[in-house]
Parts: sequence; structure tokens; C-alpha cells
Amino acid sequence: MSDARAEILGKIRQSRGVIDDSAAEARLSTRPRGIIPARTDKAPGVLVDLFVTQAEFVDASVDRVASADDVPDAVAAYLASQNLPSEVRLAPDTQLDDIPWDQRPTLLVSRGKTDGSHEVSVTAAFAGIAETGSLMLHSGPESPSTLNFLPDHHVVVLRASQVRKSYEDGWDDLRRQMTSRPNTLPRTVNFITGPSRTGDIEQKILMGAHGPRRLHIVLIDDGFIGTSTPEKFDGI
Amino acid sequence: MESTSHRFPENARAALTNEALQSALGKLETGFVVNRATAAGRLPEFEALRDQARDIKNHTLAHLDYYLEAFEAKVIENGGHVHWASTAAEARQIILDICRTVDAKTVTKGKSMIAEEIALNDYLAENGVEPIETDLGEYIIQLRDEPPSHIIAPAVHVIKEQVAEAFHVAHTHLDPNRSLEEPRELLEEARAVLRQKFLDADVGITGANFLIAETGTSVIVTNEGNGDLTQILPKIHIALASLEKVTPTLEDTTSLLRVLARSATGQEFSSYTTFSTGPRRDDDVDGPSEYHVVLLDNGRSGMLGSEFQDMLRCIRCGACMNHCPVYGVVGGHAYGWVYPGPMGAVLTPTLLGVEEAGHLPNASTFCGRCESVCPVRIPLPNLMRQYRKREFERKLVPASTRAGLGLWAFFARRPALYRVATEIMGLMLRVMGGKRGRIGWLPAARGWTAHRDMPAPTGRTFQAQWAARRAVRPQSSKDASRRTKL
Ligand code: SF4
Repeated sequence: MSDARAEILGKIRQSRGVIDDSAAEARLSTRPRGIIPARTDKAPGVLVDLFVTQAEFVDASVDRVASADDVPDAVAAYLASQNLPSEVRLAPDTQLDDIPWDQRPTLLVSRGKTDGSHEVSVTAAFAGIAETGSLMLHSGPESPSTLNFLPDHHVVVLRASQVRKSYEDGWDDLRRQMTSRPNTLPRTVNFITGPSRTGDIEQKILMGAHGPRRLHIVLIDDGFIGTSTPEKFDGI
Repeated sequence: MESTSHRFPENARAALTNEALQSALGKLETGFVVNRATAAGRLPEFEALRDQARDIKNHTLAHLDYYLEAFEAKVIENGGHVHWASTAAEARQIILDICRTVDAKTVTKGKSMIAEEIALNDYLAENGVEPIETDLGEYIIQLRDEPPSHIIAPAVHVIKEQVAEAFHVAHTHLDPNRSLEEPRELLEEARAVLRQKFLDADVGITGANFLIAETGTSVIVTNEGNGDLTQILPKIHIALASLEKVTPTLEDTTSLLRVLARSATGQEFSSYTTFSTGPRRDDDVDGPSEYHVVLLDNGRSGMLGSEFQDMLRCIRCGACMNHCPVYGVVGGHAYGWVYPGPMGAVLTPTLLGVEEAGHLPNASTFCGRCESVCPVRIPLPNLMRQYRKREFERKLVPASTRAGLGLWAFFARRPALYRVATEIMGLMLRVMGGKRGRIGWLPAARGWTAHRDMPAPTGRTFQAQWAARRAVRPQSSKDASRRTKL
């Protein structure tokens, strides 16, 4: 339908006076940032606290552990607390390689995407966004998107050093990583803010509409914690 | 879908006596309205973010062709396809053709108002492709065979007993005696039924809240996760969107997202905000192998440069209808087409013509609440007023109203005569009101007095009182200085 294309663009141009797109060109190359909420203006350690508060505010649960060595126990404890079988589907993500899963021989770990038959997935986050307690994840050979949506329980491993102030900081990190093909995002970038929910029946909020019923974050305190005196954050 | 906008008065009358509807609508004020206010209150920058959102949208509209071409180039570079459609019919055909390339039996759909606008479901079904709505609200109204009544909460007019009834009729493979009394039971059933549909679908169709020129990305915002399952599981993902959804950069999109969820549901961010760029990469292990974007015009390019251009800023948050006193009592179906409430009262006559939808801009008290909450500051009442003007100019207004307005204009242009006439009128009304001070019958306003008395004026006219006040207490210089400070 290339006719439609010419017709539509023609009509748009007709409505414009002098055509000067230099402002638009500049915007695409400089990508100016807008207003970033001041609530994110915190020292790194306090920023992690803000992330936790915000994530819990949207009904995610957060378990803070000291190191990667503690993750298997934390995951096993979560499964037990939810009366779930001791079995997880793990993202084949190198970020999770330093976790000693064999420390819990009873925990059954398989790796790969999911066809919907797995009840619990464990994936790594790309970043945590403190502003709203959102997790930033993206697709790739090591991080199938199906793991973020099909299982009933989504467990996400996040490191304190990955917590960013704003979505914009997350985008900058991702851009830095996409050096081979600049300006090309992975197929899917997800910002996940709490578990799946719906208000479509009489505006009553219920968890677990089509995506995970629960979102559990295992947060590894890998460096920032204890480095700053916790200041009180106000008015979030 | 077929419009019944021309029957707005009849639709509205029926809505007022519909008990289920009235009970459902009663929850708007305690739900959406309170939640939005709370979310706005939690963010000191909220008002500044609204200004910024307006400016981003205005900038984009000023360079719309540039950004659309940039978007298209980027989608193609990433291995996707862009299809341009001038009309609803073209868009439907494009989508059907894509479905046919994989011999699609079923397609899952994320919520898309554009799909409603082009009546996609009926068309697909007529051509042998079964469309399955996956947003819970959309699924409910699809089973009930009715249009959405709200742009973000399509089944907001339905009560849970009606949902149970629809499920009993549709899900015949389940035990007919099962309990469906609680919302949780209804949700579990829908979740189980739709899960299989997600896995079986050949094509997934979603809308798009934004299309990003910088990266060739479509963005969806959902709470249920249905949009994500719709677009990652099938072989083909089609994103259907209208032209004005394009935004310049990730930064601009992020800025707009900061006001979207807060204005819509009062959440700081929706559960799932998803950015999709092209098909799955060679080494990806899941995701669709084809990615198509269908760009629909359907009258929007004609709004550019017109007095209705501001309406193209709309980001479909629904706040204007949540806060509208008229929507709050008649609900969305009364508006007769896809877009209800104040945004529909402007958009529907623009897209369908004032002959079809001229009633809608009149269905407003001009209280201004919609404009006061619109995240992109669309002057909705003013745009409705433009339509009233047009309607009057085109002589679509009834003769009696035209005569009345003509009479009023005659006096209004002659201030001295106006003052005398209103003084006399006031006196007459006072006499008619009698001792009770209420008038039960007025010759020119029978429709109004049929349902309530009109209070008779008690004193002199405003102009007369104002003149008297100024004569007694001339404005002091102190008053004047206080005024400028205000
Ligand atoms: S007109 Fe404004 S308030 Fe109404 S849906 Fe559009 S953006 Fe939201």
C-alpha cells in the first residue's frame, strides 16, 4: 500500500507551512532528558532502600541477601513459603553463573525458555529502577521473555550495584551495551513493576491476571550497602 | 463498528434507568478518581510533567512526517515491516493478508482501541480467522457481544453477576454447577481458558501506546500481562496504531509514561511496560519471527493544522471520562461509538462527521474537570465549543434553539436594552414564583421544569447590583493593589 504512504505523508506536509526539520533531527541525535523526579536524588545505598520500598509498594516481595552464595537458600525458602515443589526453571544467563545451585541438591534446576509447564522461573535483571521499584529486563539468547510471563511465580535476581535512579539511567546502560548495533534495542525490553493484576471486574484489584501471580526479588547486597549512612527519604 | 452516536439522547435516557449500569458507574469516583489524585499528590513534579508531556506531543505533531519516516526506516532496519493505511478498510485488509500468510486459524489480541475503531474482529471472523480478546475486560465484552464502554476499562459497565452469566454461556466444557460468585473465581476461570488460547494462536495483534522514531519500537502498557503473551508467543506480532502515536526518543517516551499510568489508574507505573523492536533475533530463543506495524490514518492527517489538532496529543489515559459528570451517569455506550466521554465528544465528530455525532459535544456541562486532569492539557471544553459553533453554522441546530439564540444575540448586542429586558424578566419570574419562590412550569423550558422546579430570582439582576455596589463603594487603591497580587 505504498499509495497510502504517499497520500498520508502528502497530507501531513500540506498542513505544514515551511518545512524545517532541524529541531527534530537535533532531538533524535541529542535525545534530551526531561524532568527526572527529585525523589531519586539519593546516595547509592539509600537509592537501594528506595527501590525496595517502591517495589514492595507495588506488591512485589523482596529478600535481601549478602552474596550470590545465599541465593539458593533464599529461593528454596521462597518456594517453601509458597508451598511450591522444589523446582525452578532458570534463565541460561551468565549473570547467574556465580550462584552455587548445587549447594541445595534437593532444588531441581533446569535451564531454558518455558512452554508454560514451569511453575517458577528464576531470571536475572538488567537493572532495578528505584523511582518506581521497576525491574528492567530484556530478551536475548540468555534471557527468554517467556520466563517473565508464563510461570505463576517469577523470581528475579538483582544486585544492589544494578539499581539505577531512573528509567533514563537504565536506557543509557542499555545503549552502552548495544555497541555492535547502535540504537538497536533487544527484541523485547520489559519494565516489570509488581505482579500481574487486573481491575476489570468491578474495579476490584486482583493479582495474577495472565502473568505471574507473584513477583519475588532476591536482592544481592554487593557493595553499596553499609557504605552510606542511611538518610531518611521523605515524601515518596 | 457501526455508530449510534446520532441517537445519543435516546441512548442516554436508556442508560439512566439501567440499574446494573448505574451500580457499576457508581464506583468510578471512589476508584479511578481518588487513585489519580493520590498518585498526582505523591509526585511534586506532576504538573510540570504535564506541561512537558504537552510540549513533547506538540513538537512531535509539528514534525509528524519526519518522525514517521524515521520510525519506518528504523523498523525496516531491524527486520520488521511497516504498512500504511489511509482508511479502516485498508488496515483490515492488510491485517487479514498477513494472517493468511501463515494460514492463521486463531489470533490473540491485546487491547487496542484502533482495532475497535476499524471493527477488526468482525472482519476477521467473517473471513475465517477467529479473534480472541485477551484483556480480561475485552474478553468479557467480546463474550457479551458488545463494544467497550471505556478506553482503559472496557467492561467497567458490567457487574460480576453479568460476567458469571457470560462465562456460564461461553465455557460449556466446564461443570455447569461450578461457583462463579466471586471476582477471584471469575478471574481464575478466564486465566485458565485464555492460557491455552495464548499458546495456540498463530498471530498476536496488539495496539501501541507509543511508536518510537529513534529505535523503531512499539510500546504497550498493561497490567495483566496479556499483551506480552499476545506478542511473544505466536509466530507473528502485528502492532496496530494510529499515526499520532509516534514519539521522538526513548527519553521522550519515558517522560510521557510518567504521566500515563498516574492519570489512567493512579499507578506510578503499570505492571508491564514493554518495548518491542523488530522480530526475534537470530540467536533469541523465543519471540515472534515476524514483526509488522500497521499505521492507520483514518482522518487524523486532516486534523493537523485544523482547530482540532490539539486532540492528536491524546495518550488515551481515560482520565477525562473518569472525571466527567455526564459520562459518570450515562456510561460509555450512550456515546454510540468507540470513544466515549469528553475525548470521544471531540474525536467522534472529527472522525465520523458532525452530522453523525453532533450530539456528543453538546453532552457536556462545560464544568472543565476533563481539561483540569488531562495529562497532555487538551482544552477539551473549548474543542467541544468549536463543534457547537460548527453545528450552529451548518444549521444542524433545531429551529426553536436557533430562534432563541438569535433573540438573545439581538439583546446582547444592545446593552441598554439588555439591562431593561433582564430587569423586566427578573420581575416577571419573581411574580411567577409566588410565595414559594419556585417556578414549576416555564413555556420555553418545559423539558427542564418537567423534572424539577426552577427557583425564582430573589433580588435584582447581577448587573444592577454591581452598578449599585460600585456607586456606594468606589474601588480604593488598596483594593486594586491587592487584586494585582492575586
Ligand atoms: S483527552 Fe486527555 S484525559 Fe482524555 S483520554 Fe486523552 S489524554 Fe487522557
